[in-house]
Amino acid sequence: MKILVCIKQVPDSAQIRVHPVTNTIMRQGVPTIINPYDLFSLEEALKLRDKFGGEVTVLTMGPPMAEAALRKTLAIGADRAILLTDRFFAGADTLATTYALAQAIKKIQKTWGDLDLVFTGKQTIDGDTAQVGPGVAKRLDLLQLTYVSKIVEADAEKREVVIERRAEGGTQVLKTKMPCLIAMLEGTNEVRRGSISDSLRAARAEIITWSAKDAEIEDLSKCGLKGSPTIVKKVFAPTPRTERAAFVEPGKTAGDSADAILEAIFKRHPALEDDMTKLASGF
Amino acid sequence: MSDKPAPAAPQQSRASAKKELPEHFRGYKHVWVFVELERGVVHPVSWELLGAGRKLADQLKVDLAAVVLGAPGEGTRNAIQEAFYYGADLAYLVEDPILADYRNEPFSKAVTQLVNTHKPEILLLGATTLGRDLAGSVATTLLTGLTADCTELAVDADGSLAATRPTFGGSLLCTIYTLNYRPQMATVRPRQLPTPARDETRSGRVIEFKPDLDEDKIITKLLKFIPDRESAKSNLAFADVVVAGGLGLQSAENYQLVRNLAAVLGAEFGGSRPLVQKGWITADRQIGQTGKTIRPKLYIAAGISGAIQHRVGVEGADCIVAINTDKNAPIFDFAHVGIVTDAIRLLPALTEAFRKRLSPESADRLAG
Repeated sequence: MKILVCIKQVPDSAQIRVHPVTNTIMRQGVPTIINPYDLFSLEEALKLRDKFGGEVTVLTMGPPMAEAALRKTLAIGADRAILLTDRFFAGADTLATTYALAQAIKKIQKTWGDLDLVFTGKQTIDGDTAQVGPGVAKRLDLLQLTYVSKIVEADAEKREVVIERRAEGGTQVLKTKMPCLIAMLEGTNEVRRGSISDSLRAARAEIITWSAKDAEIEDLSKCGLKGSPTIVKKVFAPTPRTERAAFVEPGKTAGDSADAILEAIFKRHPALEDDMTKLASGF
Repeated sequence: MSDKPAPAAPQQSRASAKKELPEHFRGYKHVWVFVELERGVVHPVSWELLGAGRKLADQLKVDLAAVVLGAPGEGTRNAIQEAFYYGADLAYLVEDPILADYRNEPFSKAVTQLVNTHKPEILLLGATTLGRDLAGSVATTLLTGLTADCTELAVDADGSLAATRPTFGGSLLCTIYTLNYRPQMATVRPRQLPTPARDETRSGRVIEFKPDLDEDKIITKLLKFIPDRESAKSNLAFADVVVAGGLGLQSAENYQLVRNLAAVLGAEFGGSRPLVQKGWITADRQIGQTGKTIRPKLYIAAGISGAIQHRVGVEGADCIVAINTDKNAPIFDFAHVGIVTDAIRLLPALTEAFRKRLSPESADRLAG
């Protein structure tokens, strides 16, 4: 089974800080990680490879430093890693990103043969759009399965895939054909650590680096900032409300503080007491 | 796939980019809301979107249309009726047995064909599992801009949609435009916007649309739908009272204090994103931009610092009570009532105080 996994290197969002005066992002020293959602898709891809044979290729688009994320995927167990990096890709929104990725995937198929499955993460933790997976699927005419909680069956012979998909209010069990694109839901598998031999291999492995030219991108005007229909006009910190919170002075004991908070709440919202009394008694 | 050639966009120097809408997009008019009808039930985010869409349409002096897809029957008719009550002027109705359950192929085909035929300038969808699956496909096919998970929608002076959303992992906000492509697409998360007033005197026109769909050509088949067990559903998004904890609680054991208070209040409980990452709570209990957006009457945040990521998910609450040891924590910028103290110490006392105050006996006393 030939499988591709798209990943993204993202800043560890827990450590992003905004400069208190200039309202700009302080990127310096923020560590990068593999987008956590991508790991669930990578694990699923590796499981399928282990079961059916074949290979798992990992693709990312990003700056040269994204190589570190790819090397990590090799250490986890991926077979091949490709970094798509070029100044033409800078400033891409989701539509321009899907164009470049789809073009690179075509080149991958030309080089190593047709893919059976393409995986992406559910979304990234920095962009949080969840649009790149569906966009790549549409551009490559792949059937699309997002929010997948379980791959029930993947039959390379019959070219069939049966999955469970998280829908609003329930789970859909869907059957479709390969090739298709799958975005796994988080927490749906236990991401492996990778073997020592994988780590050793990863440390020495060559990360294949493609420029736009190497990837045979047909139309550079569809890449990067130029190829992005959306325009970010303004980045800003939210304005605090004119009034900050009404502070309740902590009392001598926690009990005093608690009483003072209740007073403050019910003084502000007198109707709330009645509503809450009903709620508390189970109405 | 994309039979419409991508029109060459004028060179843009981004932030100063000007609207230079190509000729073939100038006929795109009206605001559309995709009404999410699944298994006979409309997702309430659709009504919230109609409320926002109504304001945009009024400002642009155009119509607000509801887009309803589904199998022929009562479900679609009811959805249209309700859409009129919630503010739509007209409805595009796409009825086909193929559309009984959501599947990407027929839904994205139908919506794309409808857009290419009736040409809206703005198309809004809910940022649900369905809406996000559909919006990305439709926008890519139409080669237009799509802004995800907006927290605010507005129309600027030249009539462009200004879509504001959190950025950089929720640490700042940004306003995004799709100046020179149509439709301008955006998704909004459930409960981000208020539900508009329902007015049963309203009605509107229905325009039926027959897309080119053929079940034999649709590869993906639905084998089964397994509804969630009632008990497994968290009602966080629609709860009247919510208690949540953050890293200030210091340990998974201390998170129990949040649950204890919630139990006394008959409230739902949740937490900030780091708690999910630490495994103290499950993902369906996460409150914030990447979790649930809530609009309760009372929200108690214990040991949560209040990054934008979290803020955008709770700002719709009537009363936000913040407990934090850091008096400079951003949560005090948008909380209504604040106390600078250790939540671990305060929560048990608060639980006891509410228990006394809200007990039926004291309620009777009040009534008497």
